[in-house]
Amino acid sequence: MQVGKEKLLWMYEKMVQIRYYEETMAAVYMEGKLPPAIQKGLAFDIGAGPVPGEMHLAAGQEPVAVGICAHLSDADTVVGTHRPHHFAIAKGVPLDPMTAEMFGKVTGLCKGKGGHMHLFDSAHKFSCSGIIGASMPVACGAALAAKKMGKNWVAVAFFGEGAANQGSFHESMNLAALWKLPVIFVCEDNQWAISVPKTKATSIEWVADRAAGYGMPGIRVPNNDAIEIFEAVAPAIARARRGEGPSLIEIKTDRYFGHFQGDPETYRPKDEVQGLRGNDPIPKLAHMLQEKKMLTTEEDAAIVLKMHQSVDQAFAFARLSDYPKAQDALQDVFVQGRSDARAVA
Amino acid sequence: MKTNRILTMAQAISEGIAQEMTRDADVFVMGEDIGAYGGIFGATGGLLDQFGKDRIMDTPISETAFIGAATGAAAAGLRPIVELMFVDFFGVCMDQIYNHLAKNTYMSGGHVKLPVVLTTAIGGGYNDAAQHSQCLYGTFAHMPGIKVVVPSNAFDAKGLMIQAIRDDNPVIFMYHKGIMGLPWMAYFEGSTNAVPEDAYAIPFGQARIAKEGTDLTIVSISQMVHKAVLAADALDAQSIHAEVLDLRTLVPMDTEAILKSVRKTGRLLIADEDYLGFGMSGEICALIAENLDTIALKAPIKRLAVPNVPIPYSRPLEQFVIPQVSDLVQAAQALMLKKAALRAPL
Repeated sequence: MQVGKEKLLWMYEKMVQIRYYEETMAAVYMEGKLPPAIQKGLAFDIGAGPVPGEMHLAAGQEPVAVGICAHLSDADTVVGTHRPHHFAIAKGVPLDPMTAEMFGKVTGLCKGKGGHMHLFDSAHKFSCSGIIGASMPVACGAALAAKKMGKNWVAVAFFGEGAANQGSFHESMNLAALWKLPVIFVCEDNQWAISVPKTKATSIEWVADRAAGYGMPGIRVPNNDAIEIFEAVAPAIARARRGEGPSLIEIKTDRYFGHFQGDPETYRPKDEVQGLRGNDPIPKLAHMLQEKKMLTTEEDAAIVLKMHQSVDQAFAFARLSDYPKAQDALQDVFVQGRSDARAVA
Repeated sequence: MKTNRILTMAQAISEGIAQEMTRDADVFVMGEDIGAYGGIFGATGGLLDQFGKDRIMDTPISETAFIGAATGAAAAGLRPIVELMFVDFFGVCMDQIYNHLAKNTYMSGGHVKLPVVLTTAIGGGYNDAAQHSQCLYGTFAHMPGIKVVVPSNAFDAKGLMIQAIRDDNPVIFMYHKGIMGLPWMAYFEGSTNAVPEDAYAIPFGQARIAKEGTDLTIVSISQMVHKAVLAADALDAQSIHAEVLDLRTLVPMDTEAILKSVRKTGRLLIADEDYLGFGMSGEICALIAENLDTIALKAPIKRLAVPNVPIPYSRPLEQFVIPQVSDLVQAAQALMLKKAALRAPL
């Protein structure tokens, strides 16, 4: 499938937006977390500042999110991982409530109850989880629902290469193939499961090769390139929409930041990230678009400005929003309404 | 014992493991990021360099496989220590824990020996939300067949870890992140204390009196012990003298120490970071209720725990659901003003 100019520009815009979002978050996250504002003797305080708790950023992995989501509409489901921002942004989750959620504000997607690993946007059929390998069963369920409802919607489960060694991966692959569910399993192989490299954790080089064992196509994408990913996944999306069942895609991608912000990264060669950044997919796509006369320097500057403004606006919105009331913590364990509504009908 | 050094709880745990590994060639460690990283919370720091990758084994993210493998290796004669980063992650491999590790000894009529130590991090207070902040020691204590160890400080942690490794039964060893003395997370400094260099074991089922008092008893465990001691210090200034008990292990639980203290003070506050319902605090209430023939309560029992909601992310919400020092102080003050409706005859 040849990718048209409109999609190319959309993918470029979204990658610029995601990258700036992650870089902004990396800076904001450090506010209030460093000496001397913290407990004496600490180098860093993970629980301090306006955005506390763990923070997993996806800079470098933008092509995966945009290359896949360029095929999707609001009706399709995406289930992300503990490192979810790029997926959420590419799926269309609005930045203001998403950012407010990470600030723990009442205007957040989840009224401050979820936080950055637990973003839920029902309108855009997006969710994620802090548990490794949790995306795949949930995506199977969304696909099962689409099938039962007679829709040609698809569900995408994103997961890391580390999660491919979870039982949930194998169980979901079999279930989806057996029931011909419209699922696309997308493995983001960034080579690192926190400190453990893929070579020390996985018995084969390509997770995609496991597809054969479940009777579904396995697609290898060796380059962290949005166009390559878009084209490689097209047959899998079409197959799912035709009702012919799932596919497994594996994409070699790059993690520029640590596993979490504040990760000392003592396990990773010092110059690794520098090398990865030398192959940055965003300027490469900009260069290609300019070469093909699809983007002028002025248009590029306008895109960058617009995307940066959208992110800055979201962070301002989050900062200015209120915290929820403490007692709100007791709400939402169960939904409002009659638990027996169906039974009495 | 040789000289005492001041160690963090993380250092004390890894020292205890190292000493047992040196003493007993059957002891080895498996888990995620326990090698080069030294454990995300530092509990295996330095062990890879000392013992090599054949005894300090980084695993794939395959908990059912490696925790189940610990059960199998133990049955075959080894003494595995297996770490699973966060207690919240046990869901994916619970079958291997509660249907196998916890039951095989009993189902075999006692001839299958499973000397496994499961280690895991617990607790919130740093805004890591619902899937990374639970305690869940009550869940493990509820199921028969696993001993449950929840230390509050470095000295206890080393002695309890050595005891856990030497025990011929499954033990879950749960360390609260906010007392490990990590350089990247605020912690209660009372948890970093003097630790003897020599190996020593602390028997399970022996509560420690963290602070003596006469007016009420505060029973707690893990990080909450430090909050209880701070609350008791604040209460001293109001001439309310609280006795703080650190249970140290939930299975077995030192029921005698609880009964003895409550008989003395006549008032009981239970401070717990686990969920309120069907857990540690309820268990202790039942213990008191079953012994009212020998206890004269001066006020009803008060429980402070997470009020049966998942741990929320946002700071004001999380601080509201996890009992804080000020909550303990207020609860203790209220207990002093209350009267029990009925006095049990002595």
